Amino acid sequence: MRLTVREVILGLRRAPLLSALSILTIAFSLFAFGLFGLVALNVSRTLRTIEERVEIRAFIADGTPVEAVSAAVGDIAAFPEVARVDMISPEQALARARKELAEFNDVFDADVLPASLEIRLKPGYRDPKTVQAVAARIRTYTFVDDVRYGEDWVRKLYNIRNVAGATGLVLGIAFAAVAVIIIGSTIRMTVLARAKEISIMRLVGATDGFVRRPFLIDGFVKGVVGGVLALLLAWLAHSLMDRYLIQTTFFDRSMAIVGVVSGGFIGLLGSAVSVGRHLHEV
Amino acid sequence: MIRFTHVTKEYPRTGIALNDVSFRIGKGEFAFLTGPSGAGKSTILKLVFMEEKPTSGDVRVSGMHASEIKRHEIPLLRRRLGIVFQDFRLLEDRTAAENVAFALEVTGAPRDTIPSRVSRLLTQVGLASKGTSYPRELSGGEQQRVAIARALVNDPMVLIADEPTGNLDDRATRGIFQLLRDINAAGTAVLMATHNLDLVRRSDYRVIEVNRGQIVFDSADSADAAEPLPPTSA
Ligand SMILES: Nc1ncnc2c1ncn2[C@@H]1O[C@H](COP(=O)(O)OP(=O)(O)OP(=O)(O)O)[C@@H](O)[C@H]1O
Ligand SMILES: [Mg+2]
Repeated sequence: MRLTVREVILGLRRAPLLSALSILTIAFSLFAFGLFGLVALNVSRTLRTIEERVEIRAFIADGTPVEAVSAAVGDIAAFPEVARVDMISPEQALARARKELAEFNDVFDADVLPASLEIRLKPGYRDPKTVQAVAARIRTYTFVDDVRYGEDWVRKLYNIRNVAGATGLVLGIAFAAVAVIIIGSTIRMTVLARAKEISIMRLVGATDGFVRRPFLIDGFVKGVVGGVLALLLAWLAHSLMDRYLIQTTFFDRSMAIVGVVSGGFIGLLGSAVSVGRHLHEV
Repeated sequence: MIRFTHVTKEYPRTGIALNDVSFRIGKGEFAFLTGPSGAGKSTILKLVFMEEKPTSGDVRVSGMHASEIKRHEIPLLRRRLGIVFQDFRLLEDRTAAENVAFALEVTGAPRDTIPSRVSRLLTQVGLASKGTSYPRELSGGEQQRVAIARALVNDPMVLIADEPTGNLDDRATRGIFQLLRDINAAGTAVLMATHNLDLVRRSDYRVIEVNRGQIVFDSADSADAAEPLPPTSA
């Protein structure tokens, strides 16, 4: 073990520039990944709170008999997607509107607001497609004048989340591939610089695993350092955004750990590839 | 212990280096491998420590067959051999003692036993006082002694030496040769490729002469082993 640690430190000291380059590439690839990850994370967190408020509102035509509406309420409440149905009388609607929009108090008049049904969906059924389907079913009641469910912004938010997630994933993978290649070639240079040492190791009976180990540790350590750096950069970006743009949440601890460890694995993979290639040539 | 049976070795670009070579080396034996440059001596030694595989025929070393050995078993084989080259192959940035210790660390020897074993080995090769010297501070003969000490760390059954005196003057050559004789006297077999016919003639060890990839003479084959050496083409 002490031998291994010594080899890692030697490796850093022998090629400080190359080591820095490997660390930075890993840091930037994870940073790019992290930025888009942050966007996706925040959008989906917002989505979740908004989703809880997703409701379908069915406006009821004037003069509809109360029994017809109550029967419909019973029907709709039995839909598998529906959590609850509330009937809102014109008076209740008015009271709510007054409370929410106090500035416009005078504008509202009891007769302007129609009676409506407020339908809330169960969790898992709040995506645009399901909402739309349920809305369509409710629309089939003849006494229902109109159905609203904020289709546009629900769909937009979903799109933003998906695009951010996919972009982050694609860019992250592309950068990670570049990082693997760069760290692979920097470690390859160290391997070549130490070819004599490796050949002597093999001559005196070192196993491939023993020869490989210091390089793998070297790569892993560089990757972890790169990962920590990426985390710092992402945190910086997050704080700036928080301060000057909008309130955002940061990765929680387990996500941060996963990020740093992936850096380690990128480094490990890069080293494994280049050392493996060298060992197969000799 | 070492047995070659109808061994042929063909290199991808240079063609046939060994052609139908058969011989065996027993426990504790000392044998010279001689012959002109390019005859195939180094190739034979590489086959012994399995850096190369035979194209056909069988190479058996310490119970392991070249045709069956797995890549991960080769290090285990090498730990039963000691290998020494003309160019010493020491690490320049390590002292004599560290170079010897390196071979022990690599094979996972218990840490606390390493210093005493290293100093015992350096004493054995006559370098007790040079442990802290770097290779560049040592003469060629001394560097080769360090290499030999390193080759002995695992108490090998056989020491493989490819022209160990090739870079040395007469005095150093005699010193190294005497050291190899002592090692052999203590029970380790020695297989040594050399151009130095003086050494060969002055001792009565077995001589295997190779020419153009074939064994053209083996003193162990001649019933009257006392017969003087044939003239060589080197
Ligand atoms: N790695 C290799 N690849 C291709 N050809 C090789 C290789 N090693 C040796 N040869 C060829 O095999 C033949 C035998 O070479 P070898 O090194 O065994 O000779 P040698 O008897 O040790 O010579 P010397 O006394 O000069 O060291 C030569 O023709 C050489 O060109
Ligand atoms: Mg040779």
